[in-house]
Amino acid sequence: MITIVDYSAGNLTSVERALKFIGYNSCITDDTSKIKASERVIFPGVGAAGSAMNSLVQMGIDKAIKEAFEEGKPILGICLGSQIILGRSEENETLCLGIISGSVKAFPDGLTDIDKNRLKIPHMGWNRIDIVTPHPLLEGIEADDEFYFVHGYYPNPDDSSHIIGTTNYGIQFPSIIGSKNLLATQFHLEKSGRPGLKMLKNFCEWNPC
Amino acid sequence: MLSKRIIPCLDVHEGRTTKGIKFKDNIDIGDPVDMARYYYDNGADEIVFYDITASHEKRDIMLDVVRRVAETIFIPFSVGGGIRTVDDMRKVLLAGAEKVSINSAAVKNPKIISQGAAAFGSQCIVLGMDVKEVGKSDKIPSGYEIVINGGRTYMGMDALEWAVRGQQLGAGEICLNSIDADGTQDGYELNLTSLISSHVDMPVIASGGAGNLEHISDVLTKGKADAALVASIVHYETYTISDIKEHLDSQGIKVRKHW
Repeated sequence: MITIVDYSAGNLTSVERALKFIGYNSCITDDTSKIKASERVIFPGVGAAGSAMNSLVQMGIDKAIKEAFEEGKPILGICLGSQIILGRSEENETLCLGIISGSVKAFPDGLTDIDKNRLKIPHMGWNRIDIVTPHPLLEGIEADDEFYFVHGYYPNPDDSSHIIGTTNYGIQFPSIIGSKNLLATQFHLEKSGRPGLKMLKNFCEWNPC
Repeated sequence: MLSKRIIPCLDVHEGRTTKGIKFKDNIDIGDPVDMARYYYDNGADEIVFYDITASHEKRDIMLDVVRRVAETIFIPFSVGGGIRTVDDMRKVLLAGAEKVSINSAAVKNPKIISQGAAAFGSQCIVLGMDVKEVGKSDKIPSGYEIVINGGRTYMGMDALEWAVRGQQLGAGEICLNSIDADGTQDGYELNLTSLISSHVDMPVIASGGAGNLEHISDVLTKGKADAALVASIVHYETYTISDIKEHLDSQGIKVRKHW
């Protein structure tokens, strides 16, 4: 069974529906024993880092996720879930889970594109991935495929070997990161059409060793 | 870099779509779920549904539509029309929509924007604006006024001031509809779109007036829009979403070409 971690950070049914569409049952839960018993864990989330971390700690889910990581269980973080696995976040100056060392940074002010047009924050819409490190998650993904983003902060691991893919928005920022059995995408693969569903399926079939 | 988005808009009345008479193949032109799947397969970047059901008792029909759409397409979609309270927003979002669009309810009660943003995040809250050109005055310095009831009621609010205020209140996106251009097929209101888009940090979806491919490329360049809403031009199959994207690509405008 795949568990989708519920810590009151947004609507999780879209992840559940996407999994169902590609043939996987899942369970949305805040029960740490269910997270412990599951084969795979998906850790989504939208909203602010500060309140999300508060909820995680209050519910004891922070420990459950760290344990799942230690046990070698495949874990997928999505959007806010790709950020709070790092050590700390500039958003609300939040201490985060620290599974991957690094920080969550705000897009700098005054970003422009190559034609000097002002870029709006948040980064909202469809954008591409530049692959840095080949990974089973990316099997069948083509260079022109695009994914749906909505965020004002981005994950920035200390160790560049934890960066699997990057995306350009005025700056080149990490959009897929990972370490061992943990993978995380800044974009919403559950809302990214066929390539997103393909990536979700790749995660469901992934056996990290 | 970000792609410019092409967003078909479907009007839904008591669970049935109200446009799209020229659809062929095996598409049920009255079924919003089938229409959404057609546009999803054809490369729409997002879909907007407007519930134009008048009867309050029949509004739950839309929630069922939203649930079925959410099981069928895996791109963001928003729902507008008749959303007046945070509880209305919650129902639509829990049914599977990515965003809710609020228009006249926000004009009458701006706090609903901040309440919605606090409850669900700004990324969920689209501020729908219906705008008419009225000429510059002390009261309406931009020359564009907010209207409701399909343009019949003037609200005495400046459109640019309202857009900026909407951003301060926590809206995450603006869907900007020119009542003057709407239905004309003579092109989007470029001045209005450019004015609003260059004064807010959130994305602006231009709405009203698309009649040909140049209108769409114009609003995404000269109009500085981040996305273009399309209705009749795709519902009547004058062009498909693919045609629109091919045109934009040929003009050097970045669009999502794989789906």
